[in-house]
Amino acid sequence: MKPAPFAYRRPSTLDEATRLLAEEPGAKVLAGGQSLVPLLSMRLAAPETLVDINHLPDLGHVVADATGVRVGALARHAEVLASEEAGRTQPLLAQALAHVAHATIRNRGTTVGSIVHADAAAEMPMVLSLLGGSLDVVSVRGRRTIAAADLFAGPLESTLAPDEIAVEAFFPALPAGGGVAFEEIARRHGDYALVGVAAVATTDGSGDDAPITSARLGFVSVSDVPVVVDVTDALDDPAEAALAELEPADDIHATAAFRTHLVRVLSPRVLARAVADSRSGALAGHV
Amino acid sequence: MSEELHDVRLRVNAGVRQIRVPARRLLSDALRHDCGLTGTHVGCEHGVCGACTVLVDGVPMRSCLMFAVSAEGAEITTVEGLTEDDDSLSPVQQAFRECHGLQCGFCTPGFLTTIAAGIERNPEPTEEEAREMVAGNLCRCTGYHNIVKSVLRAAEIQRERAGATQDASTEVASTEVASAADTSTDAGEAQA
Repeated sequence: MKPAPFAYRRPSTLDEATRLLAEEPGAKVLAGGQSLVPLLSMRLAAPETLVDINHLPDLGHVVADATGVRVGALARHAEVLASEEAGRTQPLLAQALAHVAHATIRNRGTTVGSIVHADAAAEMPMVLSLLGGSLDVVSVRGRRTIAAADLFAGPLESTLAPDEIAVEAFFPALPAGGGVAFEEIARRHGDYALVGVAAVATTDGSGDDAPITSARLGFVSVSDVPVVVDVTDALDDPAEAALAELEPADDIHATAAFRTHLVRVLSPRVLARAVADSRSGALAGHV
Repeated sequence: MSEELHDVRLRVNAGVRQIRVPARRLLSDALRHDCGLTGTHVGCEHGVCGACTVLVDGVPMRSCLMFAVSAEGAEITTVEGLTEDDDSLSPVQQAFRECHGLQCGFCTPGFLTTIAAGIERNPEPTEEEAREMVAGNLCRCTGYHNIVKSVLRAAEIQRERAGATQDASTEVASTEVASAADTSTDAGEAQA
């Protein structure tokens, strides 16, 4: 299990990195490498060149303001998880990040890298989608912002061009009084989820009877891209509404029938937690 | 066509190793084959088992999921680097010995490095936190109970040793304060 030979480039500026990617069409970006290196070792991928961005300056930031959380391409999952500011601004980040692999992997793996890897079984692509976030990418042609809704094209496939580098993800803040929840079922602690569900809900005021004004669910590992379903008008049976837009698939980890069952169990449970979170008002005015 | 080689300066266990390796050399292989540090074990080689865990700038990382060339500039600590300066066992090594935290020993280097960093970050872990600390490492012998005990014992030994050092320095400090107290009442008031 050793990677095939590749040429190694270690740019020291972002300009140099984008130039390298433009010049070498067979190049891939290496950030944390926690998904890429196993793919290389198993020879499921064999790029001609790796452009190692780990030594680029100014990409390790995790900053939050009233609008949301900005995460640089070299911020490790562990750093995002440890940021109290990020956790206050968008509590779903920390809830989901705690399920990303194990602590040792989170110490090296980057949140932006996980998003670009576009694995529908991974938490962070779904979180970006559910929150309606975006990704900033840079190439020799300039910088552009890709909305999460336009980012995931298929299994392990993003809409980045081969010469683009993702430099920053933006996760919008939770609106004051909003509530979130996340839960996933995996065979073993730290494994990829068989099904994961996140919910974001808002209510009109707090208290047990406060009416629900919006409810959205995000699904991990059910279809081949992260799927977000607005269930505001289907509060009595959110799972059925979601299943109408999901395509649960069979694989070696679970059957489609089992995944469908997990969607039915988790959807109402997670939504109820997000609603309770919103009604409790615990997060009110957190921004 | 021969493969391009890179001169890499690795800082390992407070020393410096100059190695010449292809870019695809995994850090785990560089440590074992090029540096001769065979304490780092290679199990699954795709980031699942945790046997190859080393500390990179004090933080546990999988050495099989990093390239040696990419680790240039970082301070790497392998299991060989955990022992105390006088070659005695570190708290976590001592705890594994006391609590029978290993049997065949294959996974042990990864546990030791992970826990050494873990109790540095959290010097008083609960049993649940101890389990979480080692959740990314696989052991097929022990059933984990003795490893969890070892984490708790390691934290205890570390606190004992820190306490002993602190007691010693407090003793020195209080002697100094006592002798200084006669002449420096003004300074004492200003500090309070």
